[in-house]
Amino acid sequence: MATAEPTLTPPRAAIARPRRESTASWPLVDRLAYWLCWAVGIGLCVIAVGIVLFMFIKGISALRPSLFVESPATGALQERHSGGFKDPLIGTFILTAIGIAIALPLGVGIAVWMVEYARPRWLMRTVESAIEMIAGVPSIVLALFGLLLFARPLFSFLSGSANNGAVTGQSFLIAGIMMGVLAIPLVVGATREALLQLPARLREASYALGKTRATTVRRVLLPSIRPGIASGAVLGMGRIIGDTAILVILLPYLKLEGAGGAPLLSALRGTGTTLTYYIYYYAPTGDGNSPKKAFAAGFVLLMIVLALNALVTRLTLRSSGERAAARNIVQRVWAWEMWPWSR
Amino acid sequence: MERLTPPPVRRIAVDRHPRVVAPTSPADGAGNGAGGVTSGAGGSQILARRRAARPAATYPPEERMQIESVSLAYGERWVVRDVSLPVRRGEVLALIGASGSGKTTLLRSLNRLTEITAGAGRAGQITLDGEEIHEIEVNALRRRVTMVFQQPNPFPMSIFENVAYALREAPGRRRRARRATLEPAVREALRRAGLHEEVADDLDRPALSLSGGQQQRLCIARALAADPEVLLLDEPCSALDPISTAVIEDLIVELRESVAIVIVTHNLQQAQRVADHVAFMHLGELIEYGTAEQVFDQPRQQRTRDYIGGAFG
Repeated sequence: MATAEPTLTPPRAAIARPRRESTASWPLVDRLAYWLCWAVGIGLCVIAVGIVLFMFIKGISALRPSLFVESPATGALQERHSGGFKDPLIGTFILTAIGIAIALPLGVGIAVWMVEYARPRWLMRTVESAIEMIAGVPSIVLALFGLLLFARPLFSFLSGSANNGAVTGQSFLIAGIMMGVLAIPLVVGATREALLQLPARLREASYALGKTRATTVRRVLLPSIRPGIASGAVLGMGRIIGDTAILVILLPYLKLEGAGGAPLLSALRGTGTTLTYYIYYYAPTGDGNSPKKAFAAGFVLLMIVLALNALVTRLTLRSSGERAAARNIVQRVWAWEMWPWSR
Repeated sequence: MERLTPPPVRRIAVDRHPRVVAPTSPADGAGNGAGGVTSGAGGSQILARRRAARPAATYPPEERMQIESVSLAYGERWVVRDVSLPVRRGEVLALIGASGSGKTTLLRSLNRLTEITAGAGRAGQITLDGEEIHEIEVNALRRRVTMVFQQPNPFPMSIFENVAYALREAPGRRRRARRATLEPAVREALRRAGLHEEVADDLDRPALSLSGGQQQRLCIARALAADPEVLLLDEPCSALDPISTAVIEDLIVELRESVAIVIVTHNLQQAQRVADHVAFMHLGELIEYGTAEQVFDQPRQQRTRDYIGGAFG
């Protein structure tokens, strides 16, 4: 039973509040810049809240449960006959899964090599530039490259064939591969950043016990940078979910369509699309012209991305310290992406 | 005649048995100059008692490593020149000297940890049980000659995993050993490092939740787990408080019977307390080597006298 416990609240009046720093003595330029920073910061918050609110209101009002279970009806002239977005929703998950399944192991591997091995030096520099180059290539160019590369008989196992037997070069697998390429720089960036932040004494401790580099990486370094890898995965998945250009070329089909064969493989080799392309198609300027559908889908997309971020941080990061580390890395990679010249 | 003179008082000497933390009196440090007041007072008495209280080594010392005319360089810069020393089981060898005298580099060369640094090179011979260490596979060597660092550096895992890591992942072992098979060895290592009592109930606690002194003893346990022949300690107590330091010093004295110990230290009193042999290095050269009593009580070289008397360093 909770009896009268002594309260630990300190007497309010006893705490003297120190006077705040005054800007009165600042030069005018500093004061202006200071207030400008405040204004810009608040402005950004307003914009962010505005986007979410706008999508919320527009999206919720257009959202119907039926949208989740109906396939899109192509060729419908009126909005109410254009169906739901079940197929693109499934497509989003399939594509993200393929993309991150490719980008995560490759990206982590590249980052580990770049930080822990990095020999010979010239190869390291080449890899570094290659990663930067991929990060800078517009995704539509990646898509074009993917189409040219994979629409060959050699790669017929990746996609279906047209009636005349030509390889289409359009499938979840191919789009997923290109999405993976798109996400690799983000995974590499986050993993690398995390590895570089590890103290040297962690590695020394392991080497001093007679452990090989590989053992050290597998048993000490990778477990230690779980927050970094998790943030890399989140960033990568966000990029994949959000990209549209690759879909315009490699996966512009509103309905899922298998390519024949074993069920799962058929779906992977088959075509479809994701929510972004669906939005693009149904936007007021798009061919579908069903803005309500676009808003509903946009809202769902936003929710997926937000949920994904929350989920991954919750699942993979046990302590609040790890979560803070992950956020820190996300910020660093964003900075790294946005201002390449600052390095 | 030069007598045992502690350095000017900056450090706190600790006598664990009465559980009192007693700073050496300033008169002690000044004792060097002030004619009548010689050593024998406060601080050195404590030292003398601690030295006397050490358990005597039961084995006759047995030579494990031999350092012969070793010079070490980073790139173009020589940091150690022509040093020869024996490393024996059954005794503690302390490397003392000012910062930049090459002690740590010499220590790190004993398990080839210097090779991590690009451009590190070596002349001369270092042998482990008669075998040149360059001829031994580097990871095998490091399992036989393990190291504890200045900063406690446990891995961010549980206490159990920290020690088990040293036992697992040995080459040629196909399957990961199960916890039950490792547990006795892990507990034994913790016991040897004097940490077992404090953590016995909860080996799954994260190692980083331990105190600094406990973390350092965990690192010692980790280094002992694979049953090495030589244990290298690089200023193991410099980041610790006096009580933890005393615990670890007792541990070092105890361990020397089963494993050869080389310790680098800046703390001369610590060297006096734990070492059987002392090597004094200055600017990469070995100035003096001898038993702790000889080096501290009757140093042969002027530079040793100056350093021990606190003239520099």
